[in-house]
Amino acid sequence: MKHLLTTEGVDRATLTSLLDDADEFYEVMHRPIPKVPALRGKTVATMFFEPSTRTKLSFERAAKALSADTLSFSPGTSSLKKGESLKDTVLTVKAMGADLMVVRHTSTGAAWRVAEWTDLPVVNGGDGAHQHPTQALLDSLTLRQHFGSLDGLRIALVGDIRHSRVARSDVFAFSTLGADVTLVAPPTLLPPNLTGWPVNASNSFDDVLTEVDAIYLLRVQAERGGASVFPSVAEYRERFGMTTARFNRLKPDTIVLHPGPMIRGIEIDGGVADDPRCKVLEQVTNGVAVRMAVLFQLLGGSKDA
Amino acid sequence: MRDFTLQNALVVTTDGTAEKSDVVVTDGVVAEIGQGLQVRGEAIDCAGTWIGPGFVDVHTHLREPGQEWKEDIATGSRAAAAGGYTAVVAMPNTDPAIDGGHLARYVADRGAEVGLVEVVPSGCISAGRAGAKLAHLDELWAAGVTLYTDDGDSVDDAGLLRRAMEYLAERDGVVAQHCIDAGLAAGGQMHEGDISSLLGMTGVPREAEETVIARDLSLVRLTGVRYHVQHLSTAGGVAMIAAAKKEGLRVTAEATPHHLFFDHSDVGDTNPVYKMMPPLREPSDVDALREGLRNGAIDVVATDHAPHADHEKDHPWEDSPFGVTGLEWAAAVVNTVVELGPARFFSVMSKNPAVIAGLADQGRLEVGAPANLVVFDPAASANTTRTLSRSGNSPYLGRELQGAVRHTVFRGRFTVRNGELAELVGAMG
Repeated sequence: MKHLLTTEGVDRATLTSLLDDADEFYEVMHRPIPKVPALRGKTVATMFFEPSTRTKLSFERAAKALSADTLSFSPGTSSLKKGESLKDTVLTVKAMGADLMVVRHTSTGAAWRVAEWTDLPVVNGGDGAHQHPTQALLDSLTLRQHFGSLDGLRIALVGDIRHSRVARSDVFAFSTLGADVTLVAPPTLLPPNLTGWPVNASNSFDDVLTEVDAIYLLRVQAERGGASVFPSVAEYRERFGMTTARFNRLKPDTIVLHPGPMIRGIEIDGGVADDPRCKVLEQVTNGVAVRMAVLFQLLGGSKDA
Repeated sequence: MRDFTLQNALVVTTDGTAEKSDVVVTDGVVAEIGQGLQVRGEAIDCAGTWIGPGFVDVHTHLREPGQEWKEDIATGSRAAAAGGYTAVVAMPNTDPAIDGGHLARYVADRGAEVGLVEVVPSGCISAGRAGAKLAHLDELWAAGVTLYTDDGDSVDDAGLLRRAMEYLAERDGVVAQHCIDAGLAAGGQMHEGDISSLLGMTGVPREAEETVIARDLSLVRLTGVRYHVQHLSTAGGVAMIAAAKKEGLRVTAEATPHHLFFDHSDVGDTNPVYKMMPPLREPSDVDALREGLRNGAIDVVATDHAPHADHEKDHPWEDSPFGVTGLEWAAAVVNTVVELGPARFFSVMSKNPAVIAGLADQGRLEVGAPANLVVFDPAASANTTRTLSRSGNSPYLGRELQGAVRHTVFRGRFTVRNGELAELVGAMG
């Protein structure tokens, strides 16, 4: 594997190998000194052309825990403001000695372009509404930790599927790992065409609620047009929000996941967000572990170092 | 001006007959067509080729005035000549837009100065292409403009469009429409379908084209204007045009080389050379366009040659502009993807577009006509190793296409000789 750009078409063995390594790095993270020298001398550049809190911090945390150096890029303070192109920006950072780039960009396919231009290993940290593969890995790790395996697991993804790169990444990873995925959303928030998606789809959260082992809530992506496609937030919450009432109807062992940032009061009620069956903070911790695994594998680190 | 005799070609004349003949050109005019003619001037063997009227493109973006870093009238004329064209209709979405007489005259005059093809200005329907009030249709008409379009945008306001249609119906001008509803296409990046859904990109549904055509046909019925659909991309649109023709409406339509050649699966790796509007659609649409070209529902191939500088296309998909070049390879693409036969081939490439654009000296190969000709080798491989457009990016570069322009003759002079631009090899006749 030279790059990690997508989960679509990535086979089970590859996903499992990354999750297995992530389990080991999860253990490293919980040592008294949570750091290994595996990528000493390597430089990871985090090129985030779109605002991000958790993903950027998580990649940098992962790189440092592997003893790699980091170069951190943020668009607000960069030469992009002066009109520099994405291509010139990434070539500039490559020239400074980056060994791998993590790329987040509003445009679909941006990470593929960067891989072409730089010939460096590239991790897609999110391209438009297309893919965000490390999110799918950390979600898969969270589910695997909780249930032991994703085989036969029934998972509902609820909310703004149409504008969600998390959904596009999760459905392929979950399905390849053996889970049975149902998308739940109003027609305006489902993709216009589901040919090629290994999923079922429903317009009714209440029909699916008690049938599943895990519920994955998605944020309504106002910045990608998600808020303009339903008449009111109140109606959305009423039909697709994880309210306390809905939470109380779940099977007792059903868990709730969310990629963050959560908007309390819309897709999730505060009480649910704070319940131990809501795994949001475990997801965040696992994010560091899977990103360690990805950086480790792409940069050819040695576990013996 | 030198005389010459083109020998042993399949010659397609204005009336559509295709016979093995020679063509004698003297003083820039077709003097004789026939077998075994006495050679006048240089004898040029054209065995294996088709000779017909030079190609005419009713949809070219030359980008001048205002965006000369993308293309200008000189570079666009070179690309056109290389593609076998002897006339191109320049789209008016320049900066400033061609919405007044002096601007149209500038384009025509600059084209004449370059002298490689007949550069025919089209005019805007609305002032500044802003969609609010009529352009100076009076001045444009006086400057010789036949074809009117706000290309790049549909005319959204049906009231405004009706007034333009009424005005141009009186003069027998042509309303050419970029049929894409702005609301349905809002934010659209590619064809709406399974691939856009997987890529997470906002799609442009087929209905964005079909709803505009449906509305416009109502207004054509009302006004009787000559109406031309630009860059038709959907099977539904082809069916609507076929029905409108059956009904007797004065409607014509064009298909572009890229919509005849590629489909939305080519967008899969998000290389922006495949980004244009309307977008590449599904194989079923491509089939309908090819069939429409065969059966007459579609009248012409028009390039929608829309060059952008490399630095503008060297971005991720959403940050790149819409537009693809096409002048140099349009004939090869048509020859590669659809079996038309020589007569129909020259109808859609030369004769029909000349009629739509009202060009008396184009689209004709007959004794006494100005020598605007192309010598096209349908069996040779197209040269896709270089482009003469200022835009260095094209989805056709490096691709295997069958059919090559061997010679282009514009007003009796070779603009292209043996596949090379004559002005570059110093062989202008």
